[in-house]
Amino acid sequence: MGEKVIMLGNEAIARGAYEAGVKVSSAYPGTPSTEISEYLVQYKDDVYEEWAPNEKVATEVAVGASLAGTRAMACMKHVGLNVAADPLYSVSYMGVNGGLVIVVADDPGLYSSQNEQDTRMVARAAQIPVIEPSDSAEAKEFFKTAFELSEQFDRPFIFRTTTRLAHSQGLVELMDRVEPEDKPYEKNIPKNVMMPGNAKLRHIEIEKRNLELAEAANTLPINVVEMNDTKIGVITSGIPYQYVKEALPEASVLKLGMVNPLPRKLIEEFASKVDALYIVEELDPVIEEQVKSWGIKAVGKEIFTVQGEYSANMLRKAILKQEIDLKEPMKAPGRPPILCPGCPHRSVFHVLNKLKMHAAGDIGCYTLGAVAPLSVIDTTMCMGSSISTLHGMEKAKGKDYIKNWVAVIGDSTFMHTGINSLMNRVYNNATGTVIIMDNSTTGMTGHQDHVATGKTLQGDPAYAINIQALCRAIGVKNVYEINAFDLSLLEKTIREETARDEVSVIITKTPCVLLDKRKKPLYVAHEDKCKKCGMCMKPGCPAMTKNPDGTIHIDDTMCTGCGLCKDLCKFDAIELVREGE
Amino acid sequence: MAVKNIMIVGVGGQGTLLTSRILGGLTILGGYDVKLSEVHGMAQRGGSVVTFVRYGDKVAEPIVEEGQADVIIAFERLEALRYAHFLKKDGVLIVNDWRIDPMPVVIGAAQYPDHILEDLEKEYKVYRVNATEEAKKLRNSRVFNLIVLGIAAQHMDFTKEQWYEVIEKTVPSKTIEINKKAFDVGYSIVQ
Repeated sequence: MGEKVIMLGNEAIARGAYEAGVKVSSAYPGTPSTEISEYLVQYKDDVYEEWAPNEKVATEVAVGASLAGTRAMACMKHVGLNVAADPLYSVSYMGVNGGLVIVVADDPGLYSSQNEQDTRMVARAAQIPVIEPSDSAEAKEFFKTAFELSEQFDRPFIFRTTTRLAHSQGLVELMDRVEPEDKPYEKNIPKNVMMPGNAKLRHIEIEKRNLELAEAANTLPINVVEMNDTKIGVITSGIPYQYVKEALPEASVLKLGMVNPLPRKLIEEFASKVDALYIVEELDPVIEEQVKSWGIKAVGKEIFTVQGEYSANMLRKAILKQEIDLKEPMKAPGRPPILCPGCPHRSVFHVLNKLKMHAAGDIGCYTLGAVAPLSVIDTTMCMGSSISTLHGMEKAKGKDYIKNWVAVIGDSTFMHTGINSLMNRVYNNATGTVIIMDNSTTGMTGHQDHVATGKTLQGDPAYAINIQALCRAIGVKNVYEINAFDLSLLEKTIREETARDEVSVIITKTPCVLLDKRKKPLYVAHEDKCKKCGMCMKPGCPAMTKNPDGTIHIDDTMCTGCGLCKDLCKFDAIELVREGE
Repeated sequence: MAVKNIMIVGVGGQGTLLTSRILGGLTILGGYDVKLSEVHGMAQRGGSVVTFVRYGDKVAEPIVEEGQADVIIAFERLEALRYAHFLKKDGVLIVNDWRIDPMPVVIGAAQYPDHILEDLEKEYKVYRVNATEEAKKLRNSRVFNLIVLGIAAQHMDFTKEQWYEVIEKTVPSKTIEINKKAFDVGYSIVQ
């Protein structure tokens, strides 16, 4: 028996990768998948891991490593898989050499995402097999299974998790790394060059492979039948299995470790043994629709939602019709996420708000610029979309229409896919102002390095792409780099550049306040000097509150000394009382 | 042992992840099966965050559901109010008597409720401490969560030595002593 330790689902996947003998991992950060790559770093002597600029690149890197004969993986969140869709659909035809697994983390309940899409649907469309664990222990073990099956059936696999799995901890038994011998590389043009003549034949081949895999699924050890009382039978997988075990400990359960393709015989046999069959799966009715299409009677989304997370109480109510006596929640005002005290984005949004600018937004902490009192962001859709969305507006309505608009995008998101949109603006003779809010990190996901920070995932120094020079190289003539807290210069530059009939890029360069761990400066508000004008409250800093008499109080446990409030106070009521380190 | 359900609620950035690491380590020392569920990502940016900890002989789901919590550890008053209904009948609520205004309150779109603790005391068994002020006395306001944990320790299944051992293993080495001191402050508060 190996040592038992407690691990986050994501940590267990990293451990599984190590034990499976994975040699290469490439990823772009995205909640809830990010920590997999960060936990992998501890195994860097055996596993090469990296941050790629986006998920498409990460997937292609993993495909390359697989072709070269080693076990390889890529990690991303569900929407990242959309970015990687191009290689995904075609590597499905190619198959693998060394085992290839793409970890994709879904987000039922939208804890940190822009949509609630179900990766199993994408996987079915791309004809990619999917394995799904239900806790940390399985996350590690099933991850190894995924590689074995990938090689056995010559298929890339998706390893699907959800936020609850990724960010739950459970006990895991550590085992040794077993590194399979690298597969020899053989030049194989019909298999690996996806031009029409080859792809046509590969399509036939993978249809065959998938049928073989579906047949094998009937006896796979990760698809488990737990026969109990036969009045209720449940087909489930992943985290919902745990809710089933809590709510229906007496029920018979078919727990699927592989959710695509489905084990038809196993399901038919199980269904025939139980009086009532329920299918419990979060998000889309992926298992349900297939099972029903085989003429099997089952209950699913008639009584379960396609939105959010499930729970044991939900199943007790829906299946057992139990009345659960619960207290009503007490009334409490909401607490939505906000920009941190001292966040450089707040300063930029304050200026944009003052100038009554609209902003095409993007994905990152700065999406929170849509929240009152800043309320600057008009649109947020997907990574890199701000610049192209603004471009579309201009082409639809003319350049004067966007004089009170900007596009705002973070440094990591700009390098992810924003750069393509900027090229499009220059090439297609657009105008308009792009603000790259460069806080020197991938912020929202918890501070990951990227191609412009000068450091790799493994902690080695790297060339830091110069965003200013890059924009100039693309052909943007007007490029400025400004400290995000230089209010007057920022205001002047935004005014001038939005009036200009050319593309401009303003890089507001100030590191994320959470990056610098040194002791911060501290400001206090003097009640005697405060004229209660409310100017300092306008940017919505969470460290500031109004006293009952209308004067201002600064919470000394939250203030990070950015000085934005002091710069806005015309009456010298806010004073620096402690220098930072 | 039947499964025990603990919740830690607070505001993103208040150190709930550190606290959950400490509790996770403890349950292992105690030899229990354990599952623990946390919030990462966007909600960590000043939003309402909740951590679930479940330990016992065998744990299935990683979340604590409404009406099931044995102990709720609240790092802020409003968050105590928000999650109090997760307590089971004889559950206890340990509250840091501290106020952090959410943005709707800061901008005047909502009121921060008055008398939160008094209202909660009418319905639940409540232990309160101004841990943030107590922590300032130790000259490190960030260790307030260890003070609150010290109180919670009285309602959990671990020895003081086990708490010490896990604190030593979990917090940065430079801050071990101050964190243990903070834990002692909470542990010695008898209410």
